[in-house]
Amino acid sequence: MDAFITLRGLVLPLDRANVDTDAIIPKQYLKSIKRSGFGPTLFDEWRYLDHGEPGMDHSARPLNPDFVLNQSRYQGAQILLARANFGCGSSREHAPWALLDYGIRCIIAPSFADIFYNNCFKNGMLPVALSDEIVDDLFAQVEAQEGYELEVDLPAQRIVQPDGTTVEFDIEPGRKHSLVNGLDDIALTLEKTELIREYEARRKVDAPWLFAESR
Amino acid sequence: MATLYDKLWRRHVVHCDADGNALIYIDRHLVHEVTSPQAFEGLHLAGRRPWRAESVLAVPDHNVPTTVDNADIDDPVSRLQVATLAQNCNHFGITEFGMGDPRQGIVHVIGPEQGVTLPGMTIVCGDSHTSTHGAFGALAFGIGTSEVEHVLATQCLRSAKSKNMRVLLRGELRPLVGAKDVALALIGEIGTAGGTGYALEFAGEAVAAMSMEARMTLCNMAIEAGARAGMVAVDQTTIDYLRGRPFAPAGAMWEQAVAHWRDLHSDADAVFDREVELDVSSIAPQVTWGTSPEMVTDIDGAVPDPAQSADAARRESWQLALDYMGLQPGTPIRDIALDLVFIGSCTNSRIEDLRAAAEVVKGKKVAASIKQALVVPGSGLVKRQAEDEGLHQIFIDAGFEWRNPGCSMCLAMNADRLQPGERCASTSNRNFEGRQGQGGRTHLVSPMVAAAAAIAGRFDDALDRKNDDARAA
Repeated sequence: MDAFITLRGLVLPLDRANVDTDAIIPKQYLKSIKRSGFGPTLFDEWRYLDHGEPGMDHSARPLNPDFVLNQSRYQGAQILLARANFGCGSSREHAPWALLDYGIRCIIAPSFADIFYNNCFKNGMLPVALSDEIVDDLFAQVEAQEGYELEVDLPAQRIVQPDGTTVEFDIEPGRKHSLVNGLDDIALTLEKTELIREYEARRKVDAPWLFAESR
Repeated sequence: MATLYDKLWRRHVVHCDADGNALIYIDRHLVHEVTSPQAFEGLHLAGRRPWRAESVLAVPDHNVPTTVDNADIDDPVSRLQVATLAQNCNHFGITEFGMGDPRQGIVHVIGPEQGVTLPGMTIVCGDSHTSTHGAFGALAFGIGTSEVEHVLATQCLRSAKSKNMRVLLRGELRPLVGAKDVALALIGEIGTAGGTGYALEFAGEAVAAMSMEARMTLCNMAIEAGARAGMVAVDQTTIDYLRGRPFAPAGAMWEQAVAHWRDLHSDADAVFDREVELDVSSIAPQVTWGTSPEMVTDIDGAVPDPAQSADAARRESWQLALDYMGLQPGTPIRDIALDLVFIGSCTNSRIEDLRAAAEVVKGKKVAASIKQALVVPGSGLVKRQAEDEGLHQIFIDAGFEWRNPGCSMCLAMNADRLQPGERCASTSNRNFEGRQGQGGRTHLVSPMVAAAAAIAGRFDDALDRKNDDARAA
């Protein structure tokens, strides 16, 4: 997994609450058996005017000019500014994969759905939860100022605005450590193999039916 | 003074650091074709094997066709995904109920049906509706594909403990009101983010009176309230349901397990971080009108007027929803005409759901204005049981299509989907934009309301007549 330390990037505002993972990446693309290639179909139904299917040349599809992602001033964005309960619904990790493949590495919102939030960290992405007031203020600034960039500093747990104002954010220490160091969760857990074996040995005594062979 | 969730959590902690980051042991891992290929690929690439392959049960459900006369998958992309699951299971020694196996069905239906889901277990699946299995006094929740790989490789998950919420359901359900209506009414009350960060326990006399099927519907919808896990304490209903199931323990082991399971309830003095209380006797059949499960009202209600909401953000999201749904403020729910009806999904495709729908349909005909009315049983065994009871004939005689099991039109990954602008009464769990097909319009309802809507062509005359009958009785 890629480490996330600091990021300075253009901000894309998506001013809509309860954006669900079906909207982030529609189901027809979930048939892929790969982890990559979801960027061109991120927000597919809002982004294009036609119906998309896997295997199409998405660069040839008609764009919805009203959708914020298609506006020239936001091309190349790396930070998504969103509203409350972002990523609700399905557990599909294709949602963070699509955002990442598009180029988004940090999402700022007042709140996130639990599974989506968790999935971001598994992909070197940083979801930042800030208060409604701060998010309102950021939306106003992004919309007022073309080329609006933010600097995200994970070790310092702060976001720096163009005028130098800083906003601090919370993150669980374990998640921060993994992200900053780009650690592989599976390798970390396998370091605890002995503990897992000991747990299993205890459980086999307490609850042997959990280990019985199926009939 | 522990809650049920506290007990389940503690019994599965392998290790916990000073910051509260825990490693928890996973007893059961359910796998389907959509969220697993990249996880298996990860194992292959790293040269890893599953830690305990016998803890895993796999089944294809999202992509499978449900048409009875066409068992093959036409779409080559879907076919490859289903074939990939079979290959991976074969390679890694994982039990799979493949297409054509009479036990195949929706992963959240077959787990409990087989006794693969047991009380006291931690159960995960790369699917948000894994919360369903919490109905058995288990800690069950959905995970992403990276975590699917993690559980395959280590039998554990890195996790932090959630907060405790109890939903107390008081009173007795009215006739023709079921667990789906309770779940929707709850979500209408606390919102789709109301349960975020919580493990949610359903308790109270209304839950105690519910069947396992109804409890599964309730827990299934916990994720739509934002809670990764929903759960219900173990009682005699739980134990009676599980006895004799193929994967449930038997003999002396069964007695030992049951004795262990009796403790799977919140202690009388347990403290919850949040409590919500609902009097279920005041709940009417529910119908969603918007593009989020929280946009819901009584069947006697009307589409709300965004202008009357005091909250600016809500006004905006309601207006977006009405535009998408093609509805005008003030329209009575009963005046909404439908194009399709879908009875199925991991929320409402169990035998009891089909019985309830058949009861409404019996001797009646699907309205001429309904283009398609589908009944998709949750598993091959549910289908067989329904056929043994003659339910299929009731549906077929009325003009419904009687299908093979699968996720079907809940998320339209197979060929069952809405066309743009089509309006569907659906027993599924999500009314998001495009969920049942791009441009499709979903109204979430119970199996009884869906069945009545099929007969009336809208919400819903037949249910009224049924209500009158019930009152007269």
